[in-house]
Amino acid sequence: MVAIQFDKVDIVFGERRKQALALLDQGKTRDEILAETGAVIGAAGIDLAVERGEICVLMGLSGSGKSTVLRAVNGLNPVARGGVSVRHDGAPVEVTDCDADRLREIRMRTVSMVFQQFGLLPWRTVRENVGFGLEIRGMKAAERRRIVDEKLAMVGLAQWADKHAHELSGGMQQRVGLARAFATDADILLMDEPFSALDPLIRDKMQDELLELQRRIQKTILFVSHDLDEAMKIGNKIAIMEAGRIVQCGTAEDILLRPATPYVAEFVKHTNPLNVLRGHSVMTPACSVRRDDGTVLLDRDGLVRMRVDAGDRPVGVEVNGREGSLGRVNGNAGAFDTPCDIIVAPVELKLATTIALKRKTDHPIIFVDAEGKLAGLCGDDEIYGSLLRRSA
Amino acid sequence: MYDWLTEHKIPLGPWIKSFVDFLNQHLQWLFDGISLVLGTLIEGLTGLLLATPPLLLTALFAALAYFLHRSVKLAAFTFVAFLVVINLGYWQPTIETLSLVIWATLVCVAVGVPLGIAAAHRPWLYAGIRPILDLMQTIPTFVYLIPTLVLFGLGVVPGLISTVIFALPAPIRLTHLGITSVPTQLREAGEAFGATKRQLLYKVELPHAMPTIMAGITQCIMLSLSMVVIAALVGADGLGKPVVRALNSVNIGMGFEAGAAIVLLAIVLDRVCKRPERKAGGR
Repeated sequence: MVAIQFDKVDIVFGERRKQALALLDQGKTRDEILAETGAVIGAAGIDLAVERGEICVLMGLSGSGKSTVLRAVNGLNPVARGGVSVRHDGAPVEVTDCDADRLREIRMRTVSMVFQQFGLLPWRTVRENVGFGLEIRGMKAAERRRIVDEKLAMVGLAQWADKHAHELSGGMQQRVGLARAFATDADILLMDEPFSALDPLIRDKMQDELLELQRRIQKTILFVSHDLDEAMKIGNKIAIMEAGRIVQCGTAEDILLRPATPYVAEFVKHTNPLNVLRGHSVMTPACSVRRDDGTVLLDRDGLVRMRVDAGDRPVGVEVNGREGSLGRVNGNAGAFDTPCDIIVAPVELKLATTIALKRKTDHPIIFVDAEGKLAGLCGDDEIYGSLLRRSA
Repeated sequence: MYDWLTEHKIPLGPWIKSFVDFLNQHLQWLFDGISLVLGTLIEGLTGLLLATPPLLLTALFAALAYFLHRSVKLAAFTFVAFLVVINLGYWQPTIETLSLVIWATLVCVAVGVPLGIAAAHRPWLYAGIRPILDLMQTIPTFVYLIPTLVLFGLGVVPGLISTVIFALPAPIRLTHLGITSVPTQLREAGEAFGATKRQLLYKVELPHAMPTIMAGITQCIMLSLSMVVIAALVGADGLGKPVVRALNSVNIGMGFEAGAAIVLLAIVLDRVCKRPERKAGGR
């Protein structure tokens, strides 16, 4: 189900919009249009669908138009051409041509926003800030207080409710911003570089907290970031923007492994692959492993052999002629500590975790798919290969 | 060329005079009405304050100062200041001046704050009133004292009108400044949560602008106070009167005594009206 839909959206700032759009259709660049009409193309030809419950990250350098696109969703930036629709009361509503009352409805109940510099009202206490959206909606004080306290507890600020915003640290202030956005129970959350003003350690922690919250509350999040590592960490889908256009849209792995343009490739070069790459893009796939008489050979000399059943599921292993043990990783791979000869892990395992596991065994890690079927092997060669290929 | 210039003088003076005469002839009822209402209000307040025993009123003022600022020091200062005024024998003119200042400030706030808000939301309006505000602040007071005297007659009302003309630009300018300096981000935060224009004004803009607006009001009070001597020239009662009389009779002692009373009143008003300093800066 699509929660936010952009349909060929152009956004123009300045006076001579019509003329600017005409030039845009002629294929003129942003700079040419600026020189000719004085109008700035904020975004051009944006097509994007964000599924419900998804975190979609708009990534780009400053001036690439990512915030501009984000702010079109709640009408803070007017759209010059094209349509933006959001799912409101179970049906898509065009934000771009609904009346003021409808837009207000959407802002009050369906779309909420978190700002880069937090956007907290300094004369209000934390509790009053979190209740701001509800107050605008005209909710009674008692009910408001109940919801606000619940949201404050959710972000871990319950004991700070009566402080003023400026008495809190940056990370805490942004948690107030988050709680304020959650308080209206909007399905769609717009986050405009929410963690960019925080220092790296706090930023990392806030990202983890956001992911943890998202697991529980399942909002649709449109997130703006200039940091590819951040985008890859939190985004189910990443749209990379350059000069007002989306140049590539896909999963973190897609972008890392198959950058669509030199611009994206340049970006990708400096990212850390450890938390992006997963088993299937690292391993030697099942079809190309060495097999001998129904067993899979795990070492060069054929001394370590893994038996598989008719469905190609690993069932046992023979190490140097004696019967070995299989250790299966379920759930938290970081805490895996079962003594065994061979480790069997799900194929979605991240490269970083794979490396951590590999240190516990001399033999390759066995990756299996959701049905337990052999998907591939990952030994030292595969790990080095995946790291080297990227920096080459 | 020079001769031609001097021979063809623009009749600016006669124009203004005939305009004022025209107002005086055809709108006399209006000015009389305004004069009556304002005169009654000011004299009513003065009468009320003077009917209260001076010591009781002094204690009340001190209590008010304490209530507003929770400061024993300020309350004590207020109490002592009014005792000194009583001691010097300037109680009645001080109260008359206080009454004039209170009404002048009320009128300025009632007109200036809404006008400042409107101007902040409409740049063309601010562009329009700015030269008028400059004019109001720079034109010598005596110049408009004469027509107000003609239109409103001798007494406290022309004093009030002149005071308002002089003090009004401060609250307008500072309200405008306060509202226009609301960070875009806060305004957007309001909009993003669906605030109407009205909610935006009352929940975001005014609270943010409040310290600046209060500074405008305090300034307005001080400007009003600085007009007491001028107001006395057109017959307004108050501390200006003894100053003018002292000037005419070269009475150094009386001049200084009345001046001291004005200064004491100014300090008390300034301290009482100033908002308590915010504990920390905040964003």
